[in-house]
Amino acid sequence: MTFEKDINIDATELRLGLPGTSEESERQASTTLRISNKRALPSVADEKQCDQETAPPTKAQVVGWPPIRSYRKNNLQTKKTEVETSGMYVKVSMDGAPYLRKVDLKIYKGYPEVLKALEDMFKFKVGKYSEREGYNGSEFVPTYEDKDGDWMLVGDVPWEMFVNSCKRLRIMKGSEARGLGCVV
Amino acid sequence: MFWGSRKTIDMNYFPDEVLEHVFDFITSHKDRNSVSLVCKSWYKIEKYSRQRVFLGNCYSISPERLIARFPGLKSLTLKGKPHFADFNLVPDDWGGFLYPWIKAMAKSRIGLEELRLKRMVVSDESLELLSESFPNFKSLVLVSCEGFTTDGLAAIAANCRFLRELDLQENEVEDHRGHWLSCFPESCTSLVSLNFACLKGEINLASLERLVARSPNLKSLRLNRAVPFDTLQRLLIRAPQLVDLGTGSYVHDPSSEAYNKLKAAIQNCNSIRSLSGFLEVAPCCMSAIYPICENLTFLNLSYAAGLQSNELTKLIHHCRKLQRLWILDCIGDKGLGVVASTCKELQELRVFPSDPFDAGNAAVTEEGLVLISAGCPKLNSLLYFCQQMTNAALITVAKNCTNFIRFRLCILDPIKPDPVTNQPLDEGFGAIVRSCKGLKRLSLSGLLTDQVFYYIGMYAKKLEMLSIAFAGNSDKGMLYVLNGCKKLRKLEIRDCPFGDTALLEDMGKYETMRSLWMSTCEVTLGACKVLAKKMPSLNVEIINGSEQTEFNLDDRQKVDKMYLYRTLVGHRKDAPEFVWLL
Repeated sequence: MTFEKDINIDATELRLGLPGTSEESERQASTTLRISNKRALPSVADEKQCDQETAPPTKAQVVGWPPIRSYRKNNLQTKKTEVETSGMYVKVSMDGAPYLRKVDLKIYKGYPEVLKALEDMFKFKVGKYSEREGYNGSEFVPTYEDKDGDWMLVGDVPWEMFVNSCKRLRIMKGSEARGLGCVV
Repeated sequence: MFWGSRKTIDMNYFPDEVLEHVFDFITSHKDRNSVSLVCKSWYKIEKYSRQRVFLGNCYSISPERLIARFPGLKSLTLKGKPHFADFNLVPDDWGGFLYPWIKAMAKSRIGLEELRLKRMVVSDESLELLSESFPNFKSLVLVSCEGFTTDGLAAIAANCRFLRELDLQENEVEDHRGHWLSCFPESCTSLVSLNFACLKGEINLASLERLVARSPNLKSLRLNRAVPFDTLQRLLIRAPQLVDLGTGSYVHDPSSEAYNKLKAAIQNCNSIRSLSGFLEVAPCCMSAIYPICENLTFLNLSYAAGLQSNELTKLIHHCRKLQRLWILDCIGDKGLGVVASTCKELQELRVFPSDPFDAGNAAVTEEGLVLISAGCPKLNSLLYFCQQMTNAALITVAKNCTNFIRFRLCILDPIKPDPVTNQPLDEGFGAIVRSCKGLKRLSLSGLLTDQVFYYIGMYAKKLEMLSIAFAGNSDKGMLYVLNGCKKLRKLEIRDCPFGDTALLEDMGKYETMRSLWMSTCEVTLGACKVLAKKMPSLNVEIINGSEQTEFNLDDRQKVDKMYLYRTLVGHRKDAPEFVWLL
């Protein structure tokens, strides 16, 4: 039990109980969950002490626990996010921009609004949209990734369908954009 | 008399064909292995007549040696990555590649007909080569594999003219949405089993309907999410002979014509014994399946997150013949009570967490398990994710159900003690191993000391696989297990205070086992080196965390992950940079 003889590092020691819980359970807890800079800090028990209203700041989890196959985890989690109604934030990237942004699709009523918001955010202008030719007149083309993982042109499907199937947005620029019907 | 005055019949005077015919009746791998050890001529006959081979660890032997040993190979089962790879503890590219096996078998013109893989990396290239190299190929089963796309499936569909079975279970497949299903030629009418539930993309529905229509032997059909309700109805009309059905999307307006049609179609399917899917589900549609519930022996609702406890219990009420049930914990303790009073034939129960990362919300506790144990005396296999467990409950379960072969308990908070007594769960698990003399597989969780391992070593004499996490106090724990469990084959340990003394005490033990996994324990690099040096029949692999760019050469350093396994062929040649072969 070498780790029990470790130097006393109470200030940073990982504990599972509330401050003031019994020595015994603390010792038992500290024998099995140790600090390691290699792993995310387990905080499963900590969360239970949290007031339900105040969300835990970072929900760090023990890697590989609970022992469920990734496939199963991914399939269950998708269900959960489908049910969330508190905003529909999707990431927006623009070719050449150093970092991504996020927009809440739920606050827009239609394509013109969201395109205007994106234009303001990234300081660019989209071309004129036509069903036949896509966006004409600009080297920037707005695209999105749908539920199937395909990259689609923004504007082709009805707005509601777009909001429900859009996973992320990407403003394509330049020659790559041409493939999607940008005629420059 | 032909044998004159001989008093005993000498088996060696039997012609080989007779012996071979006798050996045909011996099907278990263990028994066939024993047969081959009897004498040289039996070895030879068994060798040439062996058709089915199971390799629990693909690195225990090389493809070339396997083919030389069993040239008549027709059916191969391979397992690749260690079990903990399922839980993200093994980095990508660790290994377990299928391609070298296909290449070697193709080159030696092996008449491969069946391939079953688990946790292997399967490339499209290997699937293509497979489909082109084995004209009699009949059955492909992939479980928890990765590395392929629907293009690989297209090759299988297009080229395997006598394909009977394509069974994809919980694989990560890159979906190119190509028309792989349309690649089954019109001449393909041999399908018996088709399971593509894990595919995420769209399916050509018309092709699917035509395929099912021309497959009169189709017994098992599991659809993915992209197959809608009305297609399901049309498929059922074409395949009333189905024994195993997995629905795709099960959402519709119950007052619609399509719904009534489905009800009628299902009632015609009176061979269905196994039901799964409901990946998207509208609770109001469940009554359509009540007519087939009374004959079900297997029900898997573990992905049906749309069903709440009351809907689940309404359904269970109809399932009196159920033998295996996989369900989400939203069924609750009360719901499990309904299972206990309805499903008297239950042998296997798996309760999965519907909210894995929010331990406070887990809806089942020890109460549900106790109810099940009281109502289902035939229970022999359990996987139970729960909020909490008590020693008293486990002791009761042990009394009620003595037939457990597999007992896997996962308390979502991994070191939670008995909430009533605040004690570790040593006594509870001790009761289980004492009572269930046939126990082969055990997974532990909750607060546990060395004492539980004392019990396991003392009583779990038939134990073959043990999974331990966040348990024990000292090396003694691990030693109890290694010394006591004579039949142990697989031991996997994470985050336990077991170190060098335990690891090195009985190195010969590992030659009697398939593998040992230890991660985030107290084992040092030096000890692993000693083990590797003393035991050339073992491969000792160290997997380093991604933060380390160079292997720290200090022998006192604790290793992050160690995986050792017995092998006949020494170090593998395909290990990536982050795996150090000692």
